[in-house]
Amino acid sequence: MRVADTMKKKLTEALAPVRLDIIDESHHHAGHGGAHPDGESHFRIEIVSNAFAGKNRVARQRLVYDILAEELRARVHALSLATLTPEEEQ
Amino acid sequence: MSNPVFERIQQDISENDVVLYMKGSPMFPQCGFSAAVVQVLTDAGVKFKGIDVLMDPSLRDGIKQFTNWPTIPQLYVKGEFIGGCDIVREMAASGELKSLLAEKGVQAA
Repeated sequence: MRVADTMKKKLTEALAPVRLDIIDESHHHAGHGGAHPDGESHFRIEIVSNAFAGKNRVARQRLVYDILAEELRARVHALSLATLTPEEEQ
Repeated sequence: MSNPVFERIQQDISENDVVLYMKGSPMFPQCGFSAAVVQVLTDAGVKFKGIDVLMDPSLRDGIKQFTNWPTIPQLYVKGEFIGGCDIVREMAASGELKSLLAEKGVQAA
């Protein structure tokens, strides 16, 4: 399974997001430190979920980092996150 | 705490109001995310201590464990972890960073 698909599956199961966008930005970083020859090393992920309600920014990102711990260790070099509740996205 | 790396981090974030753990130096950041945070702090007129984790592999791993945060850069203000690049940028855009610094008594231009 591609890394993006694995992350999508994990995040969907854990956070039941209202919106989930996983954007592979690896091509911006080709050849640069941490880039993987097959890409899928740099991502931006935007998640809108009720799971973030009542949590501050650090707690929200830690939650996502925990869910994606394996991917962050093995393959994903950079991950930019936007974590919102449905109310905040309005 | 018996871990010497943790002790060093604890000392740095206690002795300096604003500490940025980053890749490269404030003058020559080696990573776009670190450069972005340097830019935010510079724009805010905040004096900060930049610590280059690339100079020391034990610190590069140690800061991730210390903060329980898998990525660099990491910003500390008055000993408190504030966030990484996304969070610092969001807080700067919303004005929260400015109020946080004022609240903590950190001088900003």
